[in-house]
Formats: sequence, structure tokens, C-alpha cells
Amino acid sequence: MLLITCPHCGPRAELEFAYAGEAHIARPTDPMALDDESWARFLYHRANPKGLHAERWRHLHGCAQFFNVVRDTVSDSIVTTYPAGQPRPALPGDDKGATR
Amino acid sequence: MSGFRHSTAGRVDRNKPVRFSFDGKTYQGFAGDTLASALLANGVHLVGRSFKYHRPRGIVTAGSDEPNALVGIGADEAHYAPNMRATQVEIYDGLVAESQNRWPSLGFDVGAVNETFAPFLSAGFYYKTFMWPPKAWAKLYEPLIRRAAGLGRAPTQADADRYTQVYAHCDVLVVGSGPAGLAAALAAATTGGKVFVCDEQSEMGGSLLAETTATIDGLSARDWVARALADLAARPNVTLMPRTTAFGWYPHNFLGLCERITDHMAKADPKLPRERLWQIRAKEVVLATGALERPLVFPDNDRPGVMMAEAARIYANRFGVKPGDKAVIFTACDSAYRAALDLMAAGVAIATIADLRAAPCGPWIDRVRSAGIAIRAGTVVTGTTGRLRIDSVSLATVGIDGNPGSSENIACDLLLMSGGFTPSVHLFSQSRGKLVYDEALQAYLPGISVERERSAGACRGIYDLDKVLSNGAASGTGAAKAAGFAAADTITFSTTADSVGTDGFIGVTPFGGPSSKARAWIDFQNDVTAKDVRLAIREGFRSIEHVKRYTTTGMATDQGKTSNMNALGLVSETLKVPVPQVGLTTFRPPYTPTTFGIFAGQSRGDMFDPLRKTPIHDWAAEQGAAFEDISLWKRAHYFPKRGEDIHAAVARECKATRGAVGIFDASTLGKIEVVGKDAAEFMNRMYTNAWTKLEPGRLRYGVMLREDGFVMDDGVVGRMATDRFHITTTTGGAPRVLSMMEDYLQTEWPGLDVWLTSTTEEWAVIAVQGPLARKVLEPLVEGIDLSREAMPHMSVREGRICGVPTRLFRVSFTGELGFEVNVPAGYGRAVWEAIFAAGQPHGMTPYGTETMHVLRAEKGFIIVGQETDGTVTPDDAGLGWAIGKAKKDFVGKRSLARPAMTASDRKQLVGLLTVDSKTVLEEGAQIVADPAQPIPMTMIGHVTSSYWSATLDRSIALALVRGGRARVGTRLSVPMPSGPITVEVVEPIFYDAKGARLDA
Amino acid sequence: MPDLIQRQGALDRFAAAPRNIPAAALSVLPDSARLSFRGRPSAIDAAGAAFGVALPRDACRFAVKRGRTAFWLGPDEWLLQSEGEDPATLFADMSGKLAGQSCSLVDVSHRSQAFALSGPQAAYVLNHGCPLDLSLATFPVGMCTRTIYAKATIMLSRPASDIFHIDAWRSFAPYVWQLLDEARSELA
Repeated sequence: MLLITCPHCGPRAELEFAYAGEAHIARPTDPMALDDESWARFLYHRANPKGLHAERWRHLHGCAQFFNVVRDTVSDSIVTTYPAGQPRPALPGDDKGATR
Repeated sequence: MSGFRHSTAGRVDRNKPVRFSFDGKTYQGFAGDTLASALLANGVHLVGRSFKYHRPRGIVTAGSDEPNALVGIGADEAHYAPNMRATQVEIYDGLVAESQNRWPSLGFDVGAVNETFAPFLSAGFYYKTFMWPPKAWAKLYEPLIRRAAGLGRAPTQADADRYTQVYAHCDVLVVGSGPAGLAAALAAATTGGKVFVCDEQSEMGGSLLAETTATIDGLSARDWVARALADLAARPNVTLMPRTTAFGWYPHNFLGLCERITDHMAKADPKLPRERLWQIRAKEVVLATGALERPLVFPDNDRPGVMMAEAARIYANRFGVKPGDKAVIFTACDSAYRAALDLMAAGVAIATIADLRAAPCGPWIDRVRSAGIAIRAGTVVTGTTGRLRIDSVSLATVGIDGNPGSSENIACDLLLMSGGFTPSVHLFSQSRGKLVYDEALQAYLPGISVERERSAGACRGIYDLDKVLSNGAASGTGAAKAAGFAAADTITFSTTADSVGTDGFIGVTPFGGPSSKARAWIDFQNDVTAKDVRLAIREGFRSIEHVKRYTTTGMATDQGKTSNMNALGLVSETLKVPVPQVGLTTFRPPYTPTTFGIFAGQSRGDMFDPLRKTPIHDWAAEQGAAFEDISLWKRAHYFPKRGEDIHAAVARECKATRGAVGIFDASTLGKIEVVGKDAAEFMNRMYTNAWTKLEPGRLRYGVMLREDGFVMDDGVVGRMATDRFHITTTTGGAPRVLSMMEDYLQTEWPGLDVWLTSTTEEWAVIAVQGPLARKVLEPLVEGIDLSREAMPHMSVREGRICGVPTRLFRVSFTGELGFEVNVPAGYGRAVWEAIFAAGQPHGMTPYGTETMHVLRAEKGFIIVGQETDGTVTPDDAGLGWAIGKAKKDFVGKRSLARPAMTASDRKQLVGLLTVDSKTVLEEGAQIVADPAQPIPMTMIGHVTSSYWSATLDRSIALALVRGGRARVGTRLSVPMPSGPITVEVVEPIFYDAKGARLDA
Repeated sequence: MPDLIQRQGALDRFAAAPRNIPAAALSVLPDSARLSFRGRPSAIDAAGAAFGVALPRDACRFAVKRGRTAFWLGPDEWLLQSEGEDPATLFADMSGKLAGQSCSLVDVSHRSQAFALSGPQAAYVLNHGCPLDLSLATFPVGMCTRTIYAKATIMLSRPASDIFHIDAWRSFAPYVWQLLDEARSELA
């Protein structure tokens, strides 16, 4: 069971959290201005990296906040966590070229 | 010495005799015995039959790696546990054990006929035999395989024992309490960190418990163990956990431990759980899991009386048991020499030691030689004899060509073997650590760690006592330091112990070349021989993962603890490739078989899931309501009167509600309070509808989409104030609706001044529906004018009812004049009862969810999750009117503009009327245009809801049909096993299409 | 019109005769007025002033003053609890004082049921369903948090080293209570 550090509450067991998909995919400000292809890309296209993956989790059974996690999909180790709305920090291992 | 028990040796308590039964016969042992040691003390070696060939099998090991001695334990079915290892079962007065996989008895077993057919039961037998014809599968092959397959038998009654699960945290978890584990624990404990030490055995001390000559710090090994354990036990920061198996490693240093609490007790305190699952998050872990002795693979190495040398030493030294009178030893390493001396001291005659090595030498060999035991170097066992127990061994010297020469037969009742030791890297591997093959040790050792752990002692290939202790202490200190606890000083040990070296052998001993017909067992539990593995290789299998699955070697309940390395060695030798190239099968939890009980824990029966009940639940139960499960909720399904079935009850409830007034518990509806100055803007973005112009005091039916444009939820929303909405959601949808709203609010629109609060359980909701609803409620209400003019359909008022605060909705899910009375949950039942009492003069009838479904279907109101399935757009469901066309954006709007979402042949909601009005369609039934078309037919839709309508005295149905709205007036067909049912497509509303009744 | 309607608790049935297990005692806590407060940072001080207890800014902490408790539940969420008070009165009073503030106040007095687990083995029993490290070092007196117990969300707080308060939504409260009661059986 993963141990996830909530940016607000500290380290907590995975049981308290809900996964919420890839991070840093912003909803377009004017969806109607997008063509079908771009909209489909926003809706459905996701990275599936072997390596570091920025993803969203919600501390559902805790402070209820959504936040971001960078997790290594190979080892399951969590490299960092940071509040929603903050950009993904540069991390050692980024240069290894995570494959999509 | 009496029988096979030494008069003084060992750690059993001779003052506490214990009587137990095995296969119906009563035996005596002592407190401290395992079932295996007690049986051996009674001269019983034959304890089971093998899985495939039903070969007689005996006790091979003294630990959890035991492949053969699997027994069923339990005096009755409610306490019966199959496949328990006799080597781990502690005996107590009244223990009832039985052997497995034999009928009618262990000595005479009909299944042993498989032995006759052994030539046909080769590797891949199932794959080769049960192939054709296909029809034979159902009637012949599968029943045959099922009858033969499976180890042990499942008990026929529910488990009567308690099992608990508990979470715990520690700084350092030490797995294993042999020398490395104890040294690690002592070192970590002195730092003040919180230390847990677990061991699968009843006594802590590991290999030291069977040690008779080595000393540590001037004490005998056993006295040192006692002192170390006393030291640890006295420390408040240390928890010792014997009888506790660390069976699984899960991500981020989370380990599963099974503590066996009452299995060894004759009369267990009923308050105690049988087993406790420890779910431990350890900052650091020290693995001190030791090493397992490897069998040697030679012909007929599976007879009762063939045993691991170290196991025999443990039985002699730890249990005072003589496992035989006259032993032959077959070894590839020095440790068997140590065993020979200990067994000789215990009164076992050692006929000879056959050593696979050409020129064994060293202190242990010298000691054995001076004890007068004959040593035959470069010698192998070429066969054994004896039906239910070994009675002789053939030995032959290996010639220069690598093949054995002529055999010599030696009588014996015990054959001890040792192929060296295999480090127990199971947990390390489970932690995803990389294993590295050590050519010199012929073993896989822990390499790079992924988790925060370190391996110490024999499990990392360190065997000499002094090195084991110092490595253990260093690991304990290191782990504590990594967990944030500094060590005061280094712990050192002074030891006297002779090294037994690191020699060993993997693979198959030479006994007659690859073409030999002799059967040499690699995997005892799954009955896999060297011949099977060779056949697999001949048939083209190369990877050990494939060989494993084809031959089933290593796939039994022991997961190949004794067999994997020999299988690897044989494949490596046969293919002439190095061991690492053959690959290594993956170690997975659990390390040893683990009961379902601890995984279920307390989640049994009514405690399996939260069983959510409304404040009105007990009233309904008292009225004899039948309940149904809706998500985690229990909801009143219908209220049968004496002699009524569901159909009669629902028909009566429907008529009463349409004719007079009904009362319904709608408390499970999800509710969310949306508050803030941007509340209306937020609602505009979340729902398809427009909210800005909705006045406070008014209600609106809202539809919510996912971003992909499909209907996610719906519900009635009340505007309580300009900045406050009271949302209702579907019963099952409440959590995901709130979660999705929070998601948008927190991550997409953090600038909106609006906040969400779940109020699902704040309010009990009492629906009062029917033409007389107003009459019932009027006298109970204060401060609210219920008249048609003052409170029209789709409005909400705040006031009091029965003296408590209420939010009173005028809303209808039945098509009748209706109200939904929201009151604080703690008053729910009392208000319900007051309304019910007030309703009695008006014929008020309680109704359940089934009637609610029928009434709404008569009106064509959809239920999300019934008429929708995650692929239905608002337009598909006939809800196009609920889309705020002028709104620039809302969740899902852009998706509705995608071409596929507006195609004319989408499935659309329609009504269906069966031509034969008495026929009720089946929900989920498929719809076709022409039932005469050839199979497979083109399915153009499906029935989503179907009921008998008592009001209309006929059946009604809702359906999703391709281009359905254009088909209104046409006939379609619903093919069923009994024949096609003809239906007419109609508008999806069957009753009061103008809506006059709900406006009453 | 019926006279006085009595408030029913979600644990009335169990609370009537709990087993006497001093190592881990279960008891129902008195009814309270409870308001969920959520809002912008600018409204937090005003809410504290209106409530009479400054809202804790530290994560997972609660503050008590004269029978009123403010629990930190999230960076923009507090639970305000006043024992024995009429929820409507408290709501009206606070709403008035917070008029014009960027915040939300919702009456959730009936949403949950509070009870206590106390005694030297309370933490051990709680750990049968709650995955938190409940040692005093990591879960000190004065801490509160939403967490889980088995399959239910709970709010957990520690008013004293041997006392935990558990607040569970009404329909989950019997489940949590019964599981805890079962777990403490071995201490009977």
C-alpha cells in the first residue's frame, strides 16, 4: 500500500486517497473553439510513461484536496507531491527520457 | 531413550505429555512438539500421498518449506483447515489431524493406480491429452480433472473462528529471529527506535535452537538466545512476535504478517482471534529470513524416510527425536557432517556418508572420520527401495566419465540428504529488489534494493556464525540509523563455531544419463521429476517461466521452496547455458499459504460492507417491508401485506398512491449544498440547464454530464437563496457527483467563490405523493402555505413541520401532486410517523422503491443508471429540453457537438407496448426489426425498464432503440427463448401526458 | 400537532447497553450543533471571531473553548461544534456575523454521530480499521483528521492521550461502532 505525502496533511496510507488521472491537463478555456481532433485529444489522450509520471490524487478521506504526485511507474516510488495548480518541478530522472 | 525419543535431549517439555490423533489413531507427544516431530517420535514417517501419482510420502523438512507432510487439522468442519504443514503444526491435547490425498487409507490408496499410468502422465499431460473432441470437455475432461485436482479438501462449514486485522507502525521491522535477526534486533533496540521482530516459528532463535556446539559470548547458543530474548523482551520499544509469518511485501515498506494466536491451544479463549493480520508500515526492514536446505535429486528420492540432513539434526537436537535407527547420508556439503555427528550422539547409527564431492576435507570431515563414520567420496545414490518406508539405498562411485559405476546396496531406515543451502530471498524479491546470481554460492542473492530494506545473514549468503552475527548487528544499526535513530556503540560478538563452508549442488545428481527411466523427484509436492523437466526442454521450452508452467514444477503451495534451484540447475545443465540465462520465476506473496480468514478479517456477514440505513429504516422493518440493496443502502423495496407477493403489493401501492396518497422514504437521495456568491455561475457550468434566472424558492430538474457528453447524474435542485442551492443527486451517484464538482472547483475554477458541503445524511426525506398529499400535510405544517397558488409545482419553502425545521419541496417523481419533506435526520422517523398517522384517515399507504419505479416509468421519467449506461446523451434520453442552449459552456457541451453524438441512428428513448398487453418484457432484452432474419440478428436496441402497470392494467416498457423516435408507431420484435414478442413503439409516456395531475 | 419531537441518534440502539471493557470503552457523545465552514482565507478570522474560537491554521488540529470546538479538516474547511446548542440559533447567529464574507456555512448537525473510544488500548483497537500511526508522537493530543475506519470515512480527534473521538456519518456510525466493538472483544 502506497504511502502518499499529502501536501497538507503529511504522509498517509493510500487507502485515504483516490486516484484522479494524469496531472497538468487543463480544461480548455473555450472548449467550443476547439476542433474535434483537439477536443478528443484533451478528452482521451493520456501519457503512459515507463518512469516518472505526474498524476493527480485526491486526499478523499482526509483534507479532501486534489494535489499532484510524481510517481515512478516502474518502482512505484513517489518522487514528490505538490499542491494542485503548481507546475511540475524539474526532477532528477527527467533526462532519462520517460517513454510515452 | 524410549522408542524414538531421547530421554533428555531437546527443548520439549517432558512434564507435559500431549495426546493427539492422526488418521484416527491416538499418539502421545510433548508440549513443544510439532505434529511432525511427535509423529517421528512415534516412528511414523508415512504422512501423506503425493499429488499426482499418490506416492507414499514422508516428512522431509522441519520447517515451513515442507513439501510432503500436508495435513488437515480440526476436530470439526467449522474448525477444519486443510494443507497445514505438519512441521509447523504445534500439538496440543485433543488435536485431530488427518492425512490428505488418499482413499480409503494412507497405507492402501486406490489413487496410487495413477502410478501404474505414470508413463502417460508426463509433463504437459493435460495440454496433450484433453484436447479433442471439444464436446468431451464439459462431460468428461473437466469433471475428471476437477475430481483429481486440488490439494486437501475444503471444509463443508463456515469458519467458526474470529480473525482480526490491525495496522501498526515501527521504525525497524526484523523478519526472522535466528542469529542475524537477533543481532539486528539487539543493535536496533539499543538506539531507542520502535522495533518489531517476527518469526514464523513458535520459538525464536532460528537455527540456534538446534545448535549444540557453537558458543556466543561464552554462552551456549541456546543460552545466548535466551539471554538475547530476555534483553529484547525487557525493552519497551521492542515487540517480539513469534508464530508470525511475514508473508507479503507490498509497496512502500508495507508488510503483511500473519500471527497464529490460538492454533496451538487446546482450549483457546473464545475472545481471542485465531489469527491476526498485522499490516505493518516499517520505516526500515531487516530481512533475516535465513536459508533453506536443498534436497538432492536422485532416483526414488521421495520415499518416506528420505529427509533433509539439517531437518534430522533439528529433530534430534531441538525435539529429542531420533528420526531413524540406521541412516545413510548423501551430501554435497559439510553441514551434513555436522548433522551426522549430532545424530550419532542422539543414537542414530550412521551407516555411511556418500559425498558427491570428489575430495571433501576440513574440520567437520576430520571430526566425522575420527568418530569412525565411513565416508565415500565421489559417490551418489542411484536408487532406493521400500514401499511405505525406505529400507535400502544403492550407492555407486562416479567414474571419470561422470557416470556412476556398479551399485552397492546398503540397508537403512533413514536417508539424509543435503545439497547445500538456498538463501530465502522471497521477501526481498517481493519488494522488487533485483536478485543477482552468485556463481560461487550457486545461489541468487539480494542485489540492489528498491525499498528501504537490507538483508542480513544466511538470506544474503553469509553462513558463518561470527559473520552472520556481525552482519546482523550492522544491519540493525544501519536500519535504525536510516530510520533516524543513532546507535550508541557497535555491538560485537565473540563466537566459537566451525564453518560448514558454502559447498553445495544444484540440478540432478548423476545417476545414469539423460535417457534413464529412473524417476528422480525435483518437486515433491507437484510430483515433477527430472525426466519431466528434460522432456519439456526437448519439446522446446527454454525459459524457466515456461518450463515451470508446462511441468508445474514450483507451482504447488510451497511455491518451489525446495525445488526451484534444482529445476534451474537441470535446465541450465541440459541447455548448456549459465543459470542466470535460464531466468528466475517471480516470487509472489504469500511466502507460505495463508488463510482466507485473515484477509476477510472482520469483514464478514453484516459487517462485510457498511450497511447504510435511513433514519426511517427501522419503521419499515417493523412494518414487514422487503428491502433491496441500492449501492450500500438498504431501501424498502415494497411493503407486503399478509399473503401478498411483490406483484400484489406493488399493484396495491401504485393504486393507493394514484388514488389517494402514498408515503415513501427518499432519504437516500444524495444532497449537496452549494453556497457562495458564484453559486449560480458554478451551477451553470456543472449542469446542462440554465440557473441564473431560477428564483429563490423555486426548483428545477437538473442534468449533469461528464466531460465526454454522456449523462452522469440528474436530480432536482432547489434555490434556497441567491447564493445557496440545495442539490439532490441519485442515491448511488452522490459521492461521484460531489467528487467531480470538487475536482472542477479546486482544479479548474479555483477563482469561483463557491463551496460544497455534502448534506445527504443531514436530511431525512419523506415523499408524500398523491392527490390527497396536501390534505395530509397541511395540518402539520407551520409557516408554509401549501396551496396551489402559494406553492406551485417545483417550488420549495422553509418552515416547520411537526415542530421541527423543514425544507419542503413541492416535487413529483410519480406524476401526482407531491411533496418531499426534508427534516433533520434525527427527527426523520418521528416526523414520518406523525405524517403517517395524519395520513391514515386519507388512506395513506407506504410504498417502496419498486412502486416508485413503476409510477415514474408510467410517466416516462428516466432513472440514471437504468435508462442510461454511460453512453447516453441528454438527447438520446429525451432530455434535450434540459440543455441551456444559450449557455456558452458547461461540462460536456463541447462533446455533444462531436459528429457521433448527433448521428440520427443513435439509440433513443422510446416507450414499448407489447401487442399482447399481458406480456411483461424482460429488462435487458434485445430488440430487432425482423425476427425472421437469420442468426446472428441485427440488434437495434434493448429494453431498459419494464413493468406491469396496475394503473393501466397492462405492461409497459421503456427502451433505447436506434433512431427510435422515428420508429414511433411501428412494430418491432423482442426475440426470447420462447419465441419473439411483438411490440409497438410509442412515445415514452404512458399516463397523464399533459401533466394535469402534478399541477393539481 | 404532536408535542415535542425527540431527536434520535444513530447509535441509540447500541449506546443503551455497551459492554464494559475499560481497556477500550465505547460511549456515545452528546448531541451538538455542528456547522461546516468553508471559505477564503479572508473569512477565517471573522469566522473565528463569530464562533468564539479562533479557527486553527495548523493542519489537522482542533481548538476548544467553553464547549465550542473548531476542527481543521482541510485548508479551506473547518467543522464548528457547539455542545448542547440549538443548531438553528448558532447558524442564524454566525450567518449574520459572516454576512458579506466569502465563505459558506452549512448546518450539518444531524449528518453525523459522535462517540468516544477511550482507555489504554484505544489506539490498538482503532488500528483494527484505521491505518494511521496513532502513537502520541505522530498523532498527538489536539490532533484531528478525516480518515477511514475499514470502509467508512470518519473524523478522528484526540482530546486526551487515551481518548479518541470518532465522528461518522449517521448511516456509517453503526458499522464503525460494531466493528470497534468486535475488535475490542479480545480485551473483554
